[in-house]
Amino acid sequence: MKNGIKNILIVGVGGQGVLLASELLSEAAIMSGFDVKKSEVHGMAQRGGVVSSHVRIGKKVYSPIIQYGQADILLSFEQAEAMRAVDWLSPEGKVVVSNTRLVPPIANFGELGYPDDPVAEIKKKTGNVIAVDADKMARDLGNMRLVNTILLAVASSYIGFEKNVWEEAIKKLVKPKFVDINLKAFAQGRGLTIN
Amino acid sequence: MKMLLSGNEAVARGAYEAGVKLAAAYPGTPSTEILENIARHFPSIYAEWSPNEKVAFEVGIGGSLGGGRSLVAMKHVGVNVAADPLMTFAYTGVNAGFLLVSADDPEMHSSQNEQDNRILARFAQIPFLEPSDSQESKDMVKIGLEISEEFDIPVMLRMTTRVSHSKGIVELGEPIEVTKDKFDRDTRKYVMVPGHAKLRHANLLERVERLRDYVEKSPLNRIEEYDTKTGIITGGISYQYVKEIMPETDIFKIGIGFPLPLKKIREFLDKREKVIIVEELEPYYEEIIRAAGMTSVEGKRYFGREGELSPYRVALGLNDAGLIDEAPKAGHEPEKLFPRPPVLCPGCPHRGLFMALKKLKLTVTGDIGCYTLGTLEPLKSLHTCICMGASIGKAIGMEKVNGSDRGIVAVLGDSTFIHSGITGLLNAVYNKSNITVIIADNRVTAMTGGQQHPATGYTLMGEETKKLDFTALARVLGVESVRTVDPLKYEETQKIIKEEVERPGPSVIISTSPCVLMPKRIMETPYEVILDLCNGCGICFRIGCPAIYPSKELNKRGKPKAEIDPALCTGCSLCSQVCNRGAIVIKQSIEKVK
Repeated sequence: MKNGIKNILIVGVGGQGVLLASELLSEAAIMSGFDVKKSEVHGMAQRGGVVSSHVRIGKKVYSPIIQYGQADILLSFEQAEAMRAVDWLSPEGKVVVSNTRLVPPIANFGELGYPDDPVAEIKKKTGNVIAVDADKMARDLGNMRLVNTILLAVASSYIGFEKNVWEEAIKKLVKPKFVDINLKAFAQGRGLTIN
Repeated sequence: MKMLLSGNEAVARGAYEAGVKLAAAYPGTPSTEILENIARHFPSIYAEWSPNEKVAFEVGIGGSLGGGRSLVAMKHVGVNVAADPLMTFAYTGVNAGFLLVSADDPEMHSSQNEQDNRILARFAQIPFLEPSDSQESKDMVKIGLEISEEFDIPVMLRMTTRVSHSKGIVELGEPIEVTKDKFDRDTRKYVMVPGHAKLRHANLLERVERLRDYVEKSPLNRIEEYDTKTGIITGGISYQYVKEIMPETDIFKIGIGFPLPLKKIREFLDKREKVIIVEELEPYYEEIIRAAGMTSVEGKRYFGREGELSPYRVALGLNDAGLIDEAPKAGHEPEKLFPRPPVLCPGCPHRGLFMALKKLKLTVTGDIGCYTLGTLEPLKSLHTCICMGASIGKAIGMEKVNGSDRGIVAVLGDSTFIHSGITGLLNAVYNKSNITVIIADNRVTAMTGGQQHPATGYTLMGEETKKLDFTALARVLGVESVRTVDPLKYEETQKIIKEEVERPGPSVIISTSPCVLMPKRIMETPYEVILDLCNGCGICFRIGCPAIYPSKELNKRGKPKAEIDPALCTGCSLCSQVCNRGAIVIKQSIEKVK
């Protein structure tokens, strides 16, 4: 953390729910009395491209984007995307990464293929990695769309804020009929930590 | 009350609070959400998608002259389309306030160029305001409209992607009611024939002179003092980056970028040993400030003219300029990884069209939309892209110099055709061009997120309306051969394109099938590969569908067979149509076989 600001970089692939996760995070920060700025790029990203959302939380936040090399937490919805964004992480920063693998056609036929084990590559650089089998957890809960809530819940232990604040944020932003299942997903992810 | 709003949401809110009566736009990243939010949250404002930015701008002029505060919004290149009315509207001036929101896209996140529209505002001699966050975006809508009325001039609110699409906390205000006189038939002011326009040009220059005094006193151009020997002149999003890196250095924050407050800037310079300018894209402030004789300032040599700035780039530049000691660096070494470019979605009907064009080896002049992705591997069947509607003109010109022996096809989307393809098509008929125009009609403005347009049958405000009939339109323009095809039928699409390319004279093919994402997500029964039948020939890989991936099972030559991800497959069937082995079948039918 620099200047008392917490920098969270959320990355994934278009359609994975990166934006809802960053909305929930921002809402929890506001409810906890912080200034928040967040930034993401829409447009072409929707078509299966890389999506990233920068969230910055502190007493007073100026830039809506994180300075390169200063992310405190990298929350990745996809293994290779965590690898792609690892240089944004500060030397002490933590990585929360879903075991999801999304292999685009170009990685099958282009010059560079999809790495065998992106998480292992990241672990060569930093010990602060928690890999979450979020796909399986979501499947067990009966809804693949819960992946984002599970991952956010894992990261939440490192971000701070009271547990009930996160729950209030979910109640405020998630459609009423999905609130209960999201709360359940959050509770399951909340306990997971780096070991 | 406070809310977390994006810059675009804040502009919409600002329009509401400032008593705006009319808003018009054509969708374009990063501006689209402004009108969407106005229509969704503030029904007191009349809001419309116009067919293009020029029409939107002209509707805005009408609103202003009619006595209602008006806002028009567009992406940076949209202002090029609207530049014709803009240049002369500066002469006539307004009745009620008029605000042009120009959302520029440094870095070209979703654009064909990264032009800096601050220069366009100066060219038109209209003032522009530069918000640096959501709060200012909201506040500057109101201030911009006030300036517009006080100085009888259209005003630009110049946003950039990072301001439009970043969220920050905004203090909300109450809406005001603004009443202006109805249209006054003052022809000397509003009819720009040469005799009147000469007077209005002189008058415009006088208005700009009065604005020069105004900007010197405006609190939007402010100095933040910390008694440092060095200082920084900055504005827009760059201001936030500078504050991030050097929170306690003297800053001249520019809020109104034309005309610049040169007297105040000179005072700022005189009191400091060294002053650096931090601005994104063009050296706009720098050139004007230096031209005014203040040649000690430096800027672009440290920050570059291309792409977006960022805290990192600003820190690098400030380090280079000697203002900070430490150079920023990456936390970890970057990894070399495969690219993940945007692709046509699984089930996208454009895929079938480009498969057919690829097969026929035609030269394809392209246009702006999702289908521009048809230029990427492996389809690679779109060969030019310049601006909205250009595909038809380019095809005509190419055919005039090259002849049409090998076939020249223009491809453009439904919304793009309406935006600026109709006159091109008329030209193809009028000037006897032997080209084939394909309207890739997915029945929505897809690239920008699924907006209505004149052929969808609905307005922005959700009302049912007349639905443009492309076939009837093409016929009435004089096109004799107008055909319709479903691009998800591969063989038929090829056949029809081939016939039309060979037919003398201009022809139109409407390649029509709905977008799989919008307005509703299409998910039919997925397809599956029968691995025993698949011989790993790879033909299905070459349609570039993200749902098809290499199997771990290999063929005799060690090449992977194909598999389909049932969560991604929409059941469009294109892959099964190219499979020579009959190995790709609907999932259900496998069940039946078993």
